[in-house]
Amino acid sequence: MRHSPRGGVGRTSVSDDAQFHPPQALFAISTTSIHPPVDPASASYLQISPRIQAGPHIKSTMSNPFTLNGGACLAMTGKDCVAIACDLRLGQQALTLSNNFPKVFNYGDVWLGLTGLATDVQTIHSLFRYKVNLYRLREEREIEPETMANLVSSTLYERRFGPYYVSPVVAGINQRTGKPFICGFDSIGCIDFAKDFIVSGTASDQLFGVAEGLWEPDLEADELFETISQTLLNSLDRDALAGWGAHVYIIKKDSVTKRLLRTRQD
Amino acid sequence: MGGFDFSNHTRNAALMASGMPAPKATSTGTTIVGCLFDGGVVIAADTRATSGSVVADKNCEKLHYISPHIWCAGAGTAADTEFTTAIISSNLELHALSTGRKPRVVTCMTMLKQHLFKYQGHIGAYLVVAGCDPTGSHLYTVHAHGSTDRLPYVTMGSGSLAAMSVFETQWKKGIDRDGAVKLCSDAILAGIFNDLGSGSNVDVCVITPEKATLMRNYLTPNVRAPKELKYKFEKGTTAVLQEKLISKDELRRYITVTEVDAEGETTLTTDVMQVDA
Amino acid sequence: MASSYLLPHAQHAPHAHPTASSQPRQHHWSPYTENGGVILGIAGKDYVIIAGDTRSSEGYNINTRTARKIFQLGSGIILGVVGMSADGEELARKVARKIDDYKRNHDKHITVSAAAVMLSRTLYQKRFFPYYCQPLLGGLDENGVGAIYTYDYVGSFEREQSRAFGSAAALITPFLDNQINLKNQFVPGSNGEEPRTPGDMPRDLVEKIVKDAFSSAVERQIEVGDGLQMVTVTRAPPRAEEEEATVEDDDEWTGSTISETLSPLKQD
Repeated sequence: MRHSPRGGVGRTSVSDDAQFHPPQALFAISTTSIHPPVDPASASYLQISPRIQAGPHIKSTMSNPFTLNGGACLAMTGKDCVAIACDLRLGQQALTLSNNFPKVFNYGDVWLGLTGLATDVQTIHSLFRYKVNLYRLREEREIEPETMANLVSSTLYERRFGPYYVSPVVAGINQRTGKPFICGFDSIGCIDFAKDFIVSGTASDQLFGVAEGLWEPDLEADELFETISQTLLNSLDRDALAGWGAHVYIIKKDSVTKRLLRTRQD
Repeated sequence: MGGFDFSNHTRNAALMASGMPAPKATSTGTTIVGCLFDGGVVIAADTRATSGSVVADKNCEKLHYISPHIWCAGAGTAADTEFTTAIISSNLELHALSTGRKPRVVTCMTMLKQHLFKYQGHIGAYLVVAGCDPTGSHLYTVHAHGSTDRLPYVTMGSGSLAAMSVFETQWKKGIDRDGAVKLCSDAILAGIFNDLGSGSNVDVCVITPEKATLMRNYLTPNVRAPKELKYKFEKGTTAVLQEKLISKDELRRYITVTEVDAEGETTLTTDVMQVDA
Repeated sequence: MASSYLLPHAQHAPHAHPTASSQPRQHHWSPYTENGGVILGIAGKDYVIIAGDTRSSEGYNINTRTARKIFQLGSGIILGVVGMSADGEELARKVARKIDDYKRNHDKHITVSAAAVMLSRTLYQKRFFPYYCQPLLGGLDENGVGAIYTYDYVGSFEREQSRAFGSAAALITPFLDNQINLKNQFVPGSNGEEPRTPGDMPRDLVEKIVKDAFSSAVERQIEVGDGLQMVTVTRAPPRAEEEEATVEDDDEWTGSTISETLSPLKQD
């Protein structure tokens, strides 16, 4: 018992010891966790029924719908222009299934970036294609980005108690006013109206950090391209679940440029 | 028309049973306050929205319009506060139209609590309701499970204790408009600086029987200082593999072109945005 | 031994009473806590920078706005720690003591590579009740070149050029990749063929990038803020002859100069 935690703490009792858990491995250089192997049969401290004891195993293969397939998306505003970009990876956990899975979709004058569970990305994309086409038929005009934002929001909130596992991003230029518009959403439709940039996906922390450092107001279209591309590329390189190519759209009031970026293929 | 769609619920419940965590919604780990004064009521809020420990929105609006003389401050799940106040605002307008009377704050509060109670706390909206009506000035809090309070000064959200410490030390009976605005904004500042869930700016709304005045970004004590360096990149820094100019005509095409060969088998599907990438 | 702290439940104790009342009471106490914050280290040609914010928090509360996460251990060696601040401070005290012992026992200053191994051993000694912190050791090596050693909390370590640890590490790391190591940047006009190469970055430029990295992290990470502590190790200027002759002084002479600056960060 020399190495037991009792040695390190002044007052302990048996019941206290039952509460000792090793800290979560935040960063272990080794490939394996530092946790000693736990025999499920003797792991009674978990105090759970045998059926749920299988939980940790399933959890390790299907941990989180938002990170299962991986992917990242980013939108930025510039001077009379907006940009939206995404990576191209589709994976199942650490296994890459495809390097041609774009996450930015177009609906007339509006672009929609969708990260999250791939099945929901595709479902939501076809749902909005249907909804936007109906809007065009009824209104005999293109949908504006602001209207699209509210359509996305209410569509997601309708499923408040059974959400789609997606984090959408809307970008576009209002064709009437010429004003750049971007916004983001959580999975149940809360809108984030940002003046600078919107991030989403498994690399969102990285994107937040880099975009906060690199973005500045009133970038011209070609400057905006460099800034959004550098932000995306460097964030992707620090996310194992996203990358494998990237699409970048630079949107001005009456021209759109789409570029395919060279990225690391790991 | 209206109401929630539960059709994904079974799927998601099955996923969660197999170990998936519930989705993380943007929550407004917030400071919101309200204070009655002689001749009206003030509510105020910070402007930070968080997702876990990351700031999702640095300048969001937590003061929601209900009716011309009723406003609402929201804490908790951001989407829930947004949509709950919107639906009650809508129903209250219809109610006002059908009765031909100005809506009352107590009516608004009752509609909110009945709505929230119906959903047994699953709608995570924590609200401060304030307004003026023919019966006077009113201030209420409504919790997600449907309970309500009526008090001269109130605080809610993760910064509620920091904010309440300001009210409990500085509030006086018969406070005037300017005093109430100062007190509320000071309470929000206490939340902004002492509660990690709250931050950025102070929004204030003053409601009197005559009018409601929203003072968006009344205080901005957290403007980012200029950066040390400029980070503009020289043109041509990023490696590009392919480039394509997309014409407006191409974007306006909203049919999918499918070419069919002689045997009637589909050979090529050209999606609107397909670029040979 | 490995599972000694996964203490057996009552049902495993051979003489435990079978009824529920005899089950051990659950005390919801954990020896660990997380105090947030972020640190980063950058090694240059003839300098080392370790910087960290000065906020220490628990949950949504701020414990203090003036907690230093970077410690001078003596012999020209500095240590940054993030995670649980109590463990971090204890680790710094322990290693500082060992560095002092080394000097007294061997009559010379410890090298940064030797200190790095020593820190690794110190961490591994508590393999089954680890210090809950991620340390980052810095100093100038035998050639006067900047060295950063990074660790996991049970002592696995390597020498690196730059590294960020803590609650905003994910935000800062890719920014540093891009701005310090010029990752993903190509020489304009080279058609994406010729990568830009990071030369010797002047220290004042790196310090500015570090400041911007922190002010960016503060914008988006609620656990980071209040103040920026930046500790820099540089080569000491060569000494005059008569100065060298002083025996007393020779004891303290490490060949490196440590400077520390504190600057404000946003407090919300």
